[in-house]
This record gives sequence, structure tokens and C-alpha cells, in this order.
Amino acid sequence: MTKLKGSILFELYTVFFRVGMFTIGGGYAMLPMLRKEVVDKHGWATDEDVMDYYAVGQSTPGIIAINTATFIGYKKAGVLGAIVSTLGMVTPSWIIIILIAMFFERFADNDLVQSAFMGIRVVVVVLIINAVIKMGKKSIKNWISVLLALGAFLFIVLTSFSPIPVIIISGILGIIIHLSKKEVKAL
Amino acid sequence: MIIELLQMFWIFFKVGLFTIGGGLAAIPLIQTEVINRGWLTQAEFADMIAVSESTPGPIGVNVATYVGYSQLGPIGSIIATMGIVMPSLIIIMLIARFILKFKENKYIEGVFVGLRPAVTGLILGAAASISFIAMFRYDMFLETGSIMDLINIPAFIMFGVFMFLTNKWKHHPIYYIVLAGIVGMIVF
Repeated sequence: MTKLKGSILFELYTVFFRVGMFTIGGGYAMLPMLRKEVVDKHGWATDEDVMDYYAVGQSTPGIIAINTATFIGYKKAGVLGAIVSTLGMVTPSWIIIILIAMFFERFADNDLVQSAFMGIRVVVVVLIINAVIKMGKKSIKNWISVLLALGAFLFIVLTSFSPIPVIIISGILGIIIHLSKKEVKAL
Repeated sequence: MIIELLQMFWIFFKVGLFTIGGGLAAIPLIQTEVINRGWLTQAEFADMIAVSESTPGPIGVNVATYVGYSQLGPIGSIIATMGIVMPSLIIIMLIARFILKFKENKYIEGVFVGLRPAVTGLILGAAASISFIAMFRYDMFLETGSIMDLINIPAFIMFGVFMFLTNKWKHHPIYYIVLAGIVGMIVF
């Protein structure tokens, strides 16, 4: 049993190390990597679960990437799992940033680095769109959910406000929709 | 040294606690702290943001690591990162416990029925914001006023090619990220 626990902790660490290592540009850019590892490769969570973690991570204090790692780690292996996943996520940052601070003062000004990141950003967009399509098939099932998704999309693109109002409003609408559906079924 | 480390931890703990909605939201908070304390100049801080945005890892964590290292060396960087992630650890564990326990509750179920499509829209919105930087050249468009200058043609071609590749061969995203970095060095 202890061995089993040890191996899941090690797995959590390596998975989030990989996700941290290849997440460039923040929590949303992490989604395709996270989905691949957690849903496709390890089966630790479903697409719906990952969306729930994002919703929680988005609307609670802290960095989304860290919040999501903590949530998955906690679900898989309790408090230790949460700590190990978060450590996995931040270890690449430590190594890379310290190396850069020590050796490459002008890292960000380097033309080759700039060009590589221009290419990576384009592909990050591709990867996020692919992941969203896969997840959207499960979350968007009727016209109300289409409206919710479209509303949230427009809000985040057209305004510079925090997405928290979107989360609160859609959560309340969700309760109303869900309860009214249950009542219809009961009748 | 211990007092400085504790101070470093506390500063980033506060930043972690008051950052809602992603690493970018942490930047103004960190900026106020480090500039007011005279740790860094505006220009130094701007360089740090540039590095943090273009290196792997969550941006907030990268900035914390960088600031911690610049002030107190490797230990400082670890302490600063610990500080910024600690509120997440505590708050998310409490929430996760609650949600996992009440998963079957009809109100909690309902909340997520509404949240899932909304989060799908928010993430797509984030992809759109990245695409504005990656695939359009707004500053050049403002200068010339020509639509042709607005569109970054190599980026659009790359977008199409990778859209095809990723849907044809379902490799791990790492392969495509590395490949895109190499292609970027050649094309841009």
C-alpha cells in the first residue's frame, strides 16, 4: 500500500513537472498539455473534471496553473498529492529562471529566442483550440450552453474585466437550469 | 538573512492571496512591492517580465523565482515561490475537500452545469488573445493602414499547417511545441 502511494506521488510529480516545463505563456496555454496527461494518458480525470478545476482555479485566489495542479493532486493523493503536484509544477521554473538569471542576462532580447517563441505562440493557439473543441463537445449540449460559452468568450475578448463575474453568473444560471430540469423530470 | 527570507515569503504570500484569475494578474501586485521597496528599477522589472513570459512555467511563479533570486540568491527564489503558491495550496485543498464531498449535491452539480460551457468560452477567449499577439501585427497596421500589414502571413500559414498536423497525427503537445520553436527560428 505504501509503495502504491509512493508511486502515485512520483507520477504526480513527473506529470506536473512535464506540464510546467512545456507551459509557455500562462495557465491557459497549459490546458492542452494538462488534458493530454491527465485525461488521455493517465485517466485521472474526465474532460468535465478538468473544466471544473479550471472554473475553481479561475475564481479562487492564486495562479490558475498552481490551483489546478493542487486540485488534481489533492483528488488523487490527498494533502501530500497536492504538495507534490505543486512542487512538480514549479520545479522547472526554478531551474530555468535561476539558470537564466545566472548566465543569460539578455535572454529575452536574443533574436533567435524571440523567433522561437513567436512560432510557439502560434502553435499554442492551435493546441488550445483543439483541446477546447474536444472539451466543448462534452460541455456544450444545448442552446443555453451555447449562449453561456459565447457570452463568456465575448466578455473576455471585448472587455478587460476579470472573468469572475462570468463565473458567478454562469454558476447561478447553472443551478437554475439544473434544478428546473430536475423538476420537469419529476413531473 | 532569516528576517529577509521571512519578509520575502510574506510579500509573495500576499501576492498569491490577492491574485485572482491567473499569473498576469499577479504582475501589478509584485511590481508595487518590489519597486516601492527599491529592490528593482522599472526597467529591471520589465526585463524580468519579458523573461518570465517567454520561459516555461506559470508566469507568476517565474516572476517570484526571479525576484527572489535577484534579492537573496537560490534560497530567496525558493522562498518567494513557496510564498506565492502557499495560498493556493491551502485554499484549493479546502475547496477540493468540500466539492469532492458534495459532488452529488444538486446545487453543486448545477453550478458546474453552468460553469463548464462558460469556462469553455473563457479558454477560447484566452486563445483569441494569444492569437492577437501571435498572428496579427496591429502596430504595423496602425502605421500603414493596410489590411495586408495587419495579417502576419507566415504565422497564418503556420497556423493552418499545424492545425492540419495536430489533427492528422495525435502526438503529445510537447512534440508540436518543440517543432514550432524550431520552425519559428527559421521562419520569423
